[in-house]
Amino acid sequence: MKLTIGGETKNFKDDLTVAELLAEEKVQNPEYVTVAVNDEFVDGPLESRRVLVEGDHIEFLYFMGGGRPWPSPTNN
Amino acid sequence: MAFTDQQLERYSRHIILKEFGTKGQKKLMAAKALIVGAGGLGSPAAMYLAAAGVGTIGLADGDVVDLSNLQRQILHSTADVGKAKVESGAETIAALNPEVNVNLHRGPVKADNVLDLIAGYDFVLDGTDNFPAKFLINDACVLSQKPFSHAGIIRFQGQLTTYLPGQGPCYRCIFLKPPPPEAVPTCRQAGVIGAMAGVIGCLQALEAIKCLTGMGQPLTGALLVFDALTMDFRKIKVPSRPSCPVCGQNPTITEPQDYELAACDLKAP
Repeated sequence: MKLTIGGETKNFKDDLTVAELLAEEKVQNPEYVTVAVNDEFVDGPLESRRVLVEGDHIEFLYFMGGGRPWPSPTNN
Repeated sequence: MAFTDQQLERYSRHIILKEFGTKGQKKLMAAKALIVGAGGLGSPAAMYLAAAGVGTIGLADGDVVDLSNLQRQILHSTADVGKAKVESGAETIAALNPEVNVNLHRGPVKADNVLDLIAGYDFVLDGTDNFPAKFLINDACVLSQKPFSHAGIIRFQGQLTTYLPGQGPCYRCIFLKPPPPEAVPTCRQAGVIGAMAGVIGCLQALEAIKCLTGMGQPLTGALLVFDALTMDFRKIKVPSRPSCPVCGQNPTITEPQDYELAACDLKAP
């Protein structure tokens, strides 16, 4: 089936779950990546077992912070 | 309020814009914007807001200028190393546009001062470099119903979204809670291309100017993601989360919280 990941359409096996897609796409630290399927958030272990269907569009939203390791003595 | 001849000349390229005009310029000159973090993102944002003639700019930062900052933090110069960033920033702004009133807030932004800090401003720009601060600013702005611009940068990538009270998702709708320490890379560990701060910080300045003057469509309900290696700008639609702990239907966060303190509390016997 065809899925669109981050704007790019690719072929995947049928009955792929969100969790399997994260693994297949080699997403690092998936527990800290927000996943949206068809403009809706997919949350937690339960929803990560959601089975994707042909034509779904999926976005991975990553944390982007800045220069300071956390924890830190001050916060800005 | 009438413009002086100098103001008409200084802001002539704004005033000539049909959508902006003297009305837009007057709104900017009466506006107050707070920039939290006078670093990579805050530098270009502060300079363009100052150049644009925003009446009052607040700079909040507790750091001093470090040599490793200068690769991207263009508000500061080599001679400023060791100086408080807010002071160095205020000098740069004064040199660029002496008409701008600058408020200096030297010190970290914390749960016990953030509401007072943002209260006097019309728009907040989050130019901080860490997640506890980003969530703190988000929560404070949601609780105070204050529009703000979120941005983050790492390596060759940047992201941006604008929160408008009651009109779309907040930062917490998208990311829920800060990641644990070291779970995600920071610029110090991973690096960041200096000009990325310029691209994303300038976009924050544009969002502030648009919101302060009422021009165009703010970047609300979407996360703009920029990849410098491919030059792809992608605007990813993001919904409000009805269960969001701060802006959702049954909020559990009703006051700002410091995540560092929460972490220490967990370790306490």
